[in-house]
Amino acid sequence: MVELVWLIPALPLAGFLLLVFFGKRIGEPRAGWIGTGAVALSFVTACVVFAGLWNEPEHTFEASLFKWIPAGNFNVDIGILLDPLSMAMVLFITGIASLIHLYSIGYMHGDSRFPRFFTYLNLFVFSMLVLVLGDNLVLTFLGWEGVGACSYFLIAFWFEKEENASAGKKAFITNRVGDWGFMVAIFMTFFAFGTVTYTEFLPMAPGLAQTTATFIALMLFVGAIGKSAQIPLFIWLPDAMAGPTPVSALIHAATMVTAGVYLLVRVNPIIAASASWIPWMIAIVGIATAFLAATIALAQQDIKKVLAYSTVSQLGYMFLAVGVGGYSAAIFHMITHAFFKALLFLGAGSVIHGMHEEQDMRRMGALRRIMPVTAVTFIIGWLAIAGVPPFSGFWSKDDILAYALHKSPILYVIGLITALLTAFYMSRLVFRVFYGDSRWGESAEGELANLNAHTATDAADAGAEDHADAHEDSHADTHAGHGAVHPHESKWPMLVPLIVLAFFAATAGVLNLPFTENLEFLNRWLEPVVGENQVHLHLGGAQLTFELLLSTTIALLGIFAAYMVYLKKKIDPSRIELPFFANGWYIDQGITAFMGGIGRKGFELIAMFDKVVIDGAVNGVGRATRGGASRLRAIENGYVRWYALMIGVGAVLIVAFVMTQVSF
Amino acid sequence: MIASVLSSVLASEGAPSFPILPALVFVPLVGAILIALMPSSRPELSRQMAVLTALLTGILSIALLVKFKTDDAGFQFVVQQTWVESLDIKFFLGVDGISLFLVVLTGILFPIALFAAKPEHSPKGYYAWLTLLMAGCMGAFLSLDLFLFFLMFEITLVPLYMLIGKWGHGRRVYAATKFFLYTMLGSAFMLVSIVTLAVLAGAGDKGGVSFDFTKIIATDNLATSTGRWLFLGMAIAFAVKVPSFPFHTWLPDAHTEAPTAGSIDLAGILLKLGTYGFLRYGLELFPEATVWFAPVMLTLATIGVVYGGIVAAMQRNLKRLVAYSSVAHMGFALMGLFALNVEGIEGSVLQMINHGITTGALFILLGFLYSRRHTYEISQLKGIAKVAPVFAGVFTLVMLASIGVPGLNGFVGEFLVLLGTFVANRWWAVIAATGVIIAALYLLWAYQRVFQGEPDEANKNFPDLKISEKLVMAPLVVLIIFLGIYPKPVLDRIAPSVKRVVTRLEVQVDGFKEPITRKGADLLKIESSHLNTGEHALGVATNGKGANQ
Repeated sequence: MVELVWLIPALPLAGFLLLVFFGKRIGEPRAGWIGTGAVALSFVTACVVFAGLWNEPEHTFEASLFKWIPAGNFNVDIGILLDPLSMAMVLFITGIASLIHLYSIGYMHGDSRFPRFFTYLNLFVFSMLVLVLGDNLVLTFLGWEGVGACSYFLIAFWFEKEENASAGKKAFITNRVGDWGFMVAIFMTFFAFGTVTYTEFLPMAPGLAQTTATFIALMLFVGAIGKSAQIPLFIWLPDAMAGPTPVSALIHAATMVTAGVYLLVRVNPIIAASASWIPWMIAIVGIATAFLAATIALAQQDIKKVLAYSTVSQLGYMFLAVGVGGYSAAIFHMITHAFFKALLFLGAGSVIHGMHEEQDMRRMGALRRIMPVTAVTFIIGWLAIAGVPPFSGFWSKDDILAYALHKSPILYVIGLITALLTAFYMSRLVFRVFYGDSRWGESAEGELANLNAHTATDAADAGAEDHADAHEDSHADTHAGHGAVHPHESKWPMLVPLIVLAFFAATAGVLNLPFTENLEFLNRWLEPVVGENQVHLHLGGAQLTFELLLSTTIALLGIFAAYMVYLKKKIDPSRIELPFFANGWYIDQGITAFMGGIGRKGFELIAMFDKVVIDGAVNGVGRATRGGASRLRAIENGYVRWYALMIGVGAVLIVAFVMTQVSF
Repeated sequence: MIASVLSSVLASEGAPSFPILPALVFVPLVGAILIALMPSSRPELSRQMAVLTALLTGILSIALLVKFKTDDAGFQFVVQQTWVESLDIKFFLGVDGISLFLVVLTGILFPIALFAAKPEHSPKGYYAWLTLLMAGCMGAFLSLDLFLFFLMFEITLVPLYMLIGKWGHGRRVYAATKFFLYTMLGSAFMLVSIVTLAVLAGAGDKGGVSFDFTKIIATDNLATSTGRWLFLGMAIAFAVKVPSFPFHTWLPDAHTEAPTAGSIDLAGILLKLGTYGFLRYGLELFPEATVWFAPVMLTLATIGVVYGGIVAAMQRNLKRLVAYSSVAHMGFALMGLFALNVEGIEGSVLQMINHGITTGALFILLGFLYSRRHTYEISQLKGIAKVAPVFAGVFTLVMLASIGVPGLNGFVGEFLVLLGTFVANRWWAVIAATGVIIAALYLLWAYQRVFQGEPDEANKNFPDLKISEKLVMAPLVVLIIFLGIYPKPVLDRIAPSVKRVVTRLEVQVDGFKEPITRKGADLLKIESSHLNTGEHALGVATNGKGANQ
């Protein structure tokens, strides 16, 4: 059964090919069903293969299709490495992708480029599967770039708006900075080992010279922070919310952005062989990103921006886990996060949809009565991310914090503070969207005046029940400026995924419960891949109880604080929502100002240098020669036929010379 | 003359039953002459003749590819006929893995260029020159005689000069003259080098003069310093042709003013004469000088990659932008050659082919764009993706190939070049790899301004690709994807000849070893430091695939 593994990426690829050639003819909604069907079948295949993998030795299966790039000593195959790590990734990727495809059929209804959307989505799933299933670094890089390209297409899906196009471009270029690191890491790996195939070089890693291992790990880390949006390369992810919401859920929350974490977990023997500052650096960047993004999320008004910064923050936790040697905890959190964050994004999409493309939380409120399914499922997602037991996020976050405490109490404390902030800002979001008073259609001019985020002035067709056409041209920021907004619950293709995801967001903790080793299924499953370099915690009952109680207290404290601020209104929110946070610590502006200012000037200077100095020298020599040889000026009169004649004469002379020497 | 050569070829010993290499040169040459003899009043005749000639030559080049023996490192289908006996100048053609795909590329791109664009006036001359250009390119890639090579190399100048000067845009005469004089100047240095080498190498009878490439590389009569000077002479000509920084400024002018077909052939094929020249007449003729100059060449190539990209980003004209991107991409091709290992040189040859395909495709698309909007100015274009989705889709694919996204052709060559260079001199590769960031920067930037946004008044009636235009693009699109996913057939044919070149470098140059990976050499250190684990690591290192070829 395990041989069917080829079908897992092949099915979405087939879906993509079908849609790319016939998508327009197939049309809506059938293109959506084809796309969804391809990915769902891929998920079913993954389940079958999973069953088969149990019987394989060490739960590992390798297969090679053909040689891809053979050159000299270099050789990479199009080959698959199916092991516990990639299997876990494949299962949650295809599972969540199927649900999000289904959701998209509802969400993208009426869009003029409906088939195109599913074409990209299928290509994305294919690329993501290549990324995790590839048996060597270059094939992983192929998937890595493939998902990047799809991300670019989908962020800029509504490219008629300049800001969407800019966001897509920014994502791609920022990622390319990371790709540079990834490529250099591949070169160094090849240089050191003579191979880039995981099963060949990873076993050799313990014998690697420390400087070499450090260099490889550092460069892979550069790649990882690009894709997984860590400091300082996180700036693209919030902008990426310009894409349709299912894209944000699938690519920019659940799957693609975790690729960096996957990569670092995959090469854990290299990290183990590198200098000790490498894990420290990963942990510090991770926790710093987690904290920074959480503070920014406190002050965002756009529901998707809150979730975007929340994603950055949660990815920071995963990096922290990798840095402190809790590889299985990183994967555990990656999986639970995929469930609850996809759920939250899809829930947000449902809200945005129901509110006629409204994204500003200041114009929401009290939606739980009108959108009961969305509200209940969203609340489950909220409790999961806030870390309330027994929801999934509680267990996975706590797992990471336990490893962090083992490494350093400081990491642990910052981790807890970030958990407090997380509970707070997510509660803020839920209270403002689903509770309190309805503020639909309020212009909120006073509040908006300072923020330039929403400048849309065109009043959309607010009353239209069929809001589909709103997607096309003015989907994102359009809001009904004056008067009647009638929020409504979404239809079943959007609600089913919410319910399924909510189930898993609530229960996925059972994958890895910390009480006995028997319950740590994921830990044991990943043992063959990460076991040697994983820190093995043996928490006593007392310590475990203390940690779990402390985490619970922190989560409840965060929720309570948000309750006091946003529902009881005991504290003025503006004391928390500082402009410094709202503007993301001015990091993005800083980088943009630098690139647009000094960077651009530098480029212009070089272009000027090319024109004036280099080309100037060439033309100068030309003029000087012409000026000196005044008698030859006649030939410089610009008539083509003169030149032709001269060339002809020259040619005749050459031929004449040859003829004198000829002996046929 | 032609007849005598042809007849002798047919008769000569060991020649294949059909003289395919001479045919590749003479079919377009005869075609060009026939077109020139046609009446100007019947322009459709000259077009038909040109198409027929180009297609026939293209089919011949494909036939060559089919009949080429993959594992043979030497020259195949060799044909030689004495031309000037006293100087040992011959009509000497042969093909190996290095020139094979450049010949095939020529055979494919020329017909496509013919279909992609029509001249705005005087079709007869246009087709005659274009067909002659094809003959020159074929001759230059196939020559194994230095004099013949020089002749062919020069012959290519004239048609292109005419094409730019007569059928080009705006400042066409300035651009054509600059192109011609610049390249001609470079060629002067090459001519001196070639003649000197032919005399000093003494490869002819009794140490006499010979222009025979195979005889010259079999000798070893050059003093070290002489070799370096002669290499320098050749290098100037080729550096102008590539073009390498800082000799590149003729290219943007030539491209901007050239008609579409001129741009396609210039970028797609003629630039490769430079890198091909470096490989055949630099690395092979002057091994010692090659190794000696390698750091300089790597530096120029690295500068070209980064600098070309930066300047491209600042262009306001699409053709200039693509021209500068060629400077960057050809920088990669140059860089791989001077990595002096199999990975780098194979990557370089592949990069030449891939650049021909992707940049050729880009210029075709720009030609389509020009035929609709009569401008290349980025500021005049906006929102085209909305009204012409197929055009935008194809452009996106070609753009991603040009950026070097894996799965498409551009990646494989660039990756191998950087890999080889990293193994040889890692910091150059680390710097040049930033070229991948810059490439994304300028292309996506241009794409956004041209294709995205809401189309304005001038662009909202931009027609999408016609069937005929899709057919022109189809073969290139197929190649872009095929070579990205399965470059093995190409690499397998390039490899033996590249290995031959590298092996010769090792034999000829004292103390030179091909820069290769450590193959786990790092790991052997453990043996001494940790005796108990050493055996294990050693076992892994030698049994692992990495330790083998």
